[in-house]
Amino acid sequence: MSTITHAPAVRRSSALKRFFTAREIPVASALVVLIVVTYIINPRFLSPQSSKDLMLNATIVVILAVAQALVIITRNVDLSVGAILGLVAFGTGTVFDIFPNIPIVLVFVIGMVFGGLLGSINGMLVTSAKVPALVITLGTLYIFRGVLSSWAGSKQYFSGDNPKEFGNLSVDTFLSIPIITIIAVVITIAVAMFMSSVRSGRDLYAIGSDPEAARLFGIPVGGRVLSAFIACGALTGLAGVLYTSRYNSVGALTGSGIELDVVAAVVVGGVAIFGGSGTVAGAAIGAVLLATITGALTATRVDKFWQQAIVGVLILAAIIIDRVVSLRRARKLRVDEAKDV
Amino acid sequence: MSETVTSTSRGQWIRRLTGHDAVIFYILISVVVISMVSVNFFASTLTVGFLLIQVLPILLIAMPMALVIVSGEIDLSVASTAGLTSATMGVLWRDSGLDIGSVIALSLLVGVLCGAFNGFLITTLGLPSLAVTIGTLALYRGLALVVIGDQKVTNFPPALNAFVLSKIGNTGIPVMMIFVLIVIAFFAVLLHFTPFGRGLYALGYSPQAATFVGVRVGHSKFWMFVATGVVSSMVGIFLTLRLASAGPDNGTGLELSVIAAVLLGGVSIFGGKGNIPGVVGGVLLIGTLTYALRLAKVPETALIIVTGGLLVLSVVAPSVIAWSKERIRLNRLHREVPGQSASGETSA
Repeated sequence: MSTITHAPAVRRSSALKRFFTAREIPVASALVVLIVVTYIINPRFLSPQSSKDLMLNATIVVILAVAQALVIITRNVDLSVGAILGLVAFGTGTVFDIFPNIPIVLVFVIGMVFGGLLGSINGMLVTSAKVPALVITLGTLYIFRGVLSSWAGSKQYFSGDNPKEFGNLSVDTFLSIPIITIIAVVITIAVAMFMSSVRSGRDLYAIGSDPEAARLFGIPVGGRVLSAFIACGALTGLAGVLYTSRYNSVGALTGSGIELDVVAAVVVGGVAIFGGSGTVAGAAIGAVLLATITGALTATRVDKFWQQAIVGVLILAAIIIDRVVSLRRARKLRVDEAKDV
Repeated sequence: MSETVTSTSRGQWIRRLTGHDAVIFYILISVVVISMVSVNFFASTLTVGFLLIQVLPILLIAMPMALVIVSGEIDLSVASTAGLTSATMGVLWRDSGLDIGSVIALSLLVGVLCGAFNGFLITTLGLPSLAVTIGTLALYRGLALVVIGDQKVTNFPPALNAFVLSKIGNTGIPVMMIFVLIVIAFFAVLLHFTPFGRGLYALGYSPQAATFVGVRVGHSKFWMFVATGVVSSMVGIFLTLRLASAGPDNGTGLELSVIAAVLLGGVSIFGGKGNIPGVVGGVLLIGTLTYALRLAKVPETALIIVTGGLLVLSVVAPSVIAWSKERIRLNRLHREVPGQSASGETSA
């Protein structure tokens, strides 16, 4: 969406063209079609309560997808996000247990710092070992999950254990949008702006398209990748705190298996799995799309068992579209170059 | 050091005895010996049986997975294929009225189709395998849910369930291990003694170069994915009979354990490196360590940390060793070059 506003006021046709070739467009239109069709079949799908649920369900995955997109754009991946989310969520419960009167803002800070620390472990291992992040974070996925299980044991924190105003974050609304959803939207916009207009954000794309070239060009690749992992961890930590506010209980299993959903959302959102292209806004829309499917299937009374299969088809469709678009673009580039000669 | 052995053969032996897979086997043997001495009940046939039955699914899938990763690709959809096979098997057995032999044969076909679909997307359309198999991971698991819903089918022939769990004589070794050994031998020969297998290494090292030397890249990759599909199906059938229950969630999470074991066994995630004995060692190491610690009443949570720690260590350690070797070499160079008196022999 940001691409429209950012498009310079050159010729109108080229602005239009840019709009229609933007990577977010296929997934955004899929989302719109899904919502419209579901609404036609069952108007109650967009009743105030259902749309609030819809937004709440998407919130956490949106933040996780934005965080993951940062890392995937650098040609890495973080599979340990589910465990980080779980650790921070349980940590949040613990903090409220020990300091019941702690200011809520401070809890957010603690959660993000904690997540950032865990992310920095990933980042340091990845940048020092010169081994793909897939392997490292698969390892830290086990380690973090193990640490969480031994820390939490069979203990669980329930929403009743937290201060009421903390829980209210995911109940109260502003302009009929839940507070935590607003947080997610603000985060998405902030990160999107950072990625599109700040130098170090652009560097992440350069690193993702060609790490060697980026290094030769003088970009501090190691440092940038490390900070991408830290940022991913911190945002995941934020999602962890929000998770505690949103859901009834947090325990040893919180967030397990969510890593693949998140990677799926990012891929569906048009971020190339091998780095270098895609936008965090796309990733966020991908997350909303995947979250909306659940609600849409229930609203249209389609067998809920179809849900995961549809998610799979969407992921495949997304990468096929991505492939077709990039092939066409490459061919066009070749033709243009041939014309220039 | 004082003896003079011909340097080439000695170098080869040293390399073989200090290689990654050799190290894995040393650790494996030490774990077995230490557990036999210090863990109660570890040294028993019962242990052998339980342990092998437990690692069997991972061991099976690790074989084709090793080949896939050697060729520079990855397959995350294996556990979902196993789940879909299990679901299909359950529904066929409940509703079709076929005998169990035909049901098993048809269920194997599921693996062929799943693998061929992965292979088609990856080779014909040229899509990255990581992304494709994340997609089919969701798709196949989803189809399993569609096929069987949240029901379970449990009325398989008890004789067959018993057969899957039966042991060879008093050894405690499951009869199924014979079948596993055949699969291991098949993939070991395929990878190490056939042009096809050598081609996979070339492919993992550099697809362009492999094309130039005449490896049929697409063809090779396609059949690799069919192979993982078929073996995953076998595991699906095995799990169904072992648990005497067909359901959509059989084998959930298996893909990460398999990949962890394969990488621990010395297969490089970049492709082009690794071997079958190493992978077998990797699988057995994780399996034995987990089992021994469990017997020693180490909490389950510590086991997960150990698995993850092993995986990280096994990939980080080589680069740390390479880095320190390089440092030592450079230091030696610096020491030798200024004086110019030291000859090469002193350092040998």
